Amino acid sequence: MLNYIAYRLLLTIPTLLGAAVITFFLLRVIPGDVVAVKLTGDGAIVSQAVIDAERARLGLDKALIYQFSDWMLGLLQFDMGRSMWTGRPVIVEISQRFWTTFQVALMSTAIGVLIAVPLGTLSALKRGGAIDYATRIFTMAGLSVPGFWVGMLILIWLLQTYGWQPPITTIPFISDPAGNLSQLIWPALAVGYRFSAVLARIIRSTVLEVLGEDYIRTARAKGLVPRIIIGRHALRNALLPAITVIGLEFAFLFGGLVVTEQVFNLNGLGKLFVQAVANRDFIMIQGMVMLFAVIYIFANLVVDLLYAVFDPRIRYGTAEA
Amino acid sequence: MLNFSGRELKPHSPHVLETEGVAKPLLSVRNLEVEFRTSRGLVRAVRDVNFDVAPGEIIALVGESGSGKSVSALSVMGLLPKANSEARGSITFDGRNLLSLNEHEMRTIRGRQISMIFQEPMTSLNPVLTIGLQIIEPLQTHLGLTTAQAEARAIELMSLVGIPDPESRLNSYPHQFSGGMRQRVMIAIGLACNPKLIIADEPTTALDVTIQAQILELMRDLTRKLGISLIIITHNLGIVARYADRVFVMYAGRLVEEGNITRIFETPRHPYTMGLLLSVPRLDQGARSRLNAIEGLPPDPSKEIAGCPFADRCPFRIEICSQPPQLEFTDVGTRSACFRSDEIAEGKLKWRSPQGGGEVVSLPKAKTALVELQQLSKSYWVKKGGIFGRIGEVRAVADLDLQIQAGETLGLVGESGCGKTTVGRLLLAIDKPTRGSIRFDGQDIYQLNKADFARYRHDVQVIFQDPYSSLNPRMTVAQMVEEPMIAHRTERSREARQDRVRSLLDQVGLRPEIAERYPHQLSGGQRQRVGIARALALNPRFIVCDEAVSALDVSIQGQVINLLIDLQKQFDLTYLFIAHDLAVVRHISTRVAVMYLGRLMELASRDELYENPLHPYTRLLLDAAPVPDPELERQRPVRVAPGEIPSPLNPPQGCVFSTRCPLASAECKAQVPQPREVRPGHYVACIKV
Repeated sequence: MLNYIAYRLLLTIPTLLGAAVITFFLLRVIPGDVVAVKLTGDGAIVSQAVIDAERARLGLDKALIYQFSDWMLGLLQFDMGRSMWTGRPVIVEISQRFWTTFQVALMSTAIGVLIAVPLGTLSALKRGGAIDYATRIFTMAGLSVPGFWVGMLILIWLLQTYGWQPPITTIPFISDPAGNLSQLIWPALAVGYRFSAVLARIIRSTVLEVLGEDYIRTARAKGLVPRIIIGRHALRNALLPAITVIGLEFAFLFGGLVVTEQVFNLNGLGKLFVQAVANRDFIMIQGMVMLFAVIYIFANLVVDLLYAVFDPRIRYGTAEA
Repeated sequence: MLNFSGRELKPHSPHVLETEGVAKPLLSVRNLEVEFRTSRGLVRAVRDVNFDVAPGEIIALVGESGSGKSVSALSVMGLLPKANSEARGSITFDGRNLLSLNEHEMRTIRGRQISMIFQEPMTSLNPVLTIGLQIIEPLQTHLGLTTAQAEARAIELMSLVGIPDPESRLNSYPHQFSGGMRQRVMIAIGLACNPKLIIADEPTTALDVTIQAQILELMRDLTRKLGISLIIITHNLGIVARYADRVFVMYAGRLVEEGNITRIFETPRHPYTMGLLLSVPRLDQGARSRLNAIEGLPPDPSKEIAGCPFADRCPFRIEICSQPPQLEFTDVGTRSACFRSDEIAEGKLKWRSPQGGGEVVSLPKAKTALVELQQLSKSYWVKKGGIFGRIGEVRAVADLDLQIQAGETLGLVGESGCGKTTVGRLLLAIDKPTRGSIRFDGQDIYQLNKADFARYRHDVQVIFQDPYSSLNPRMTVAQMVEEPMIAHRTERSREARQDRVRSLLDQVGLRPEIAERYPHQLSGGQRQRVGIARALALNPRFIVCDEAVSALDVSIQGQVINLLIDLQKQFDLTYLFIAHDLAVVRHISTRVAVMYLGRLMELASRDELYENPLHPYTRLLLDAAPVPDPELERQRPVRVAPGEIPSPLNPPQGCVFSTRCPLASAECKAQVPQPREVRPGHYVACIKV
């Protein structure tokens, strides 16, 4: 197993390298750069000399290959460079916002799983019944309604009923857990609803599939009670495919919360990313793409390891795998 | 022993019990009707079925797919899907009507009083739970044992069913067990709570012949020893003859004949049973005649039939057969649902004697080798562990020397992992041999130029085992049969191809309108005929039949075997007939090769091999397979090959069969025995012969 983890970690090197190359060069294809946006973006007339000086300061005048190796050398020393817009280190900009996004992603995932597992299972067990139809309407709505719109509904409701408005700054969990949770639970609910819709549909279909398996018939033929047949025999098998979806959705949320963060006035990674793109803040974008890549890779690794925990047939690095 | 099931007799009728002198039945099924609501309408899967099981008795429900045998068993267990099915009538078990029990009460019966063993040991155990837990579950649910007590009992059960080293295997998972061992685990689960009745639904269909014998012997011994009644559901008449006390023959959801096995096998009084017995190839008899296949197909279960369900296929059909027949006692004390059973008893009605006497298959006159395999070997490499793990070699076929003569049918038999399918793949040039050569018409096929190699692919065709997965579901029959002609550019015009498709379909006995159908609109037998038509499309000289009839029902199997034999004569074909069913191979082959773990064990002409088997493995294989003759089975000592088939990753030293061979000694481990010609044309790879 350790062997396997080491192997997977080694594999991240070429993956990250590939991500770095693609991001770096694709960004350079986009017309305009940070200097143009900063100095002439609002139509101001700035002399070419000033522009050139700013370009030189940021290193944008150097050959692409030089810029790239400079960035890569930095990365090797865990130095992600400085934002071309604010001039502050990328790592500082990210770490200020990372935990907010992480917390919302985690809470949304938890909400999604907590709603989806019982709902999907129940829907499969009562296939064709009222609960099943209600669940299907609930999940169909969750998939088709945009998360930010649900967020806005929640905000309007909170405002009208309780006069509550999202605070301007994010309350840290450590200093005020209750305040922090009461602030972040709402975006987490809005995002978690969509999450639960995706997941519940998958769980419904995998549970249905598993219920048709021979070993479920065996379990029934043994005279086991439904609680054990469902909980022990069916769900253990049915949740395996759901783990993949949970992992990928969780990783997606780091960059995918843009609009929700906007609605709830949260200073998170999504917002940072959008600003960086708008500003042509190449170093910032590159740093964030690398971060998202790392998050995806780790989420996948964790999913694969969880598979091995739940499914004895999968034993990485042995002949029986 | 006469049986006393029938609609006119009330359950537990004291009159019956007195006159028959039989103990009160443990299970008594009366007027059982099972209906399924499907998208195609109401399907009456079981109609007016009655049977009894006495304590300690072994009965067999026999029939083809869709005959209602499994559905009857599932209704005894209360395991039919509640949403779309309904069972009526009465199922009295130990004085209680199971059909009137609610789900909660039924749970106290399942696994406690009645256990069930299913067909597929590979999928019937939960892959993510340990074997130990799966055996313990019913003990804790029904008997309330503590984990420690239950584990002790589980270990006891595992040694009872012959699982070696039970303590350590308690924590193993199903995928770490072979198919035979998994079925032993299923039996252990079934026996866990000392049930009174075990229902085994095709318990050995998925297993190899020698393992099948082990499992069935085990089930018989244990149920006899523990006084448990056993219902065996099977399509295999040999198993019925060897193991059952009484047999119930089902057809299209109805019982058509029932009674003591000796009577049923010797004096069948229903045309379906008679036909069935005639359409099975016999291991103990050479192919002296064509199989007497039952023509036609079983009726569509969603259509209502007013009269006798078999009338459509019955050669003795008369006017009255449009009325529903009842099960009536016959002259030999069995019961048959046929209006003409008296005439059958008087010997007036006989299945028409097979056309064309004489040998069905005969050795070709001129002995010219069409295919020659020389020192043919094929290895696969698998990872044994870790990224830096060793690579293990699986020798699927090892040093095989074999000649297939023009015009003959060489039967290739063996159990799983023996390499028989690999030989087929090598011949089809789907896989390349690791070593050795394949000569076709005297030419090494891997030294042919491109055009000649294309010619080889043209001359060599295949018929696959599974008619369900070997046809593309999105292509019509015509498109599939036509495809090889397009690929090889044999018929360039569309019209010519369509003509050819029509004539091919006619040759394999399919009506022309089948051409526009898709596979799902065809029955299993029809699909296999389409597969045969496709193989014939290029006028091949050599056809590899890989388990070509194994997936078919007995009556359909007979039809397809006859077709293959007819086509061989008509087109001068040479067959390599790969199969695990020794009786089918005996019927169709001229010579037979027996393989085990990638090596040739014995090769001889058909009759020589079956009448005078020399290799210990061949003998065990022949002993293990039951024949549909209760008398013969009673006289025959059952010798069961011990142990499991070794992993091909780690084959035994020396003779690969030495680990299971009754004759093995130290010399056998010393070196791999080479096939020797012991008698003219009879090769054996054993130093003890």
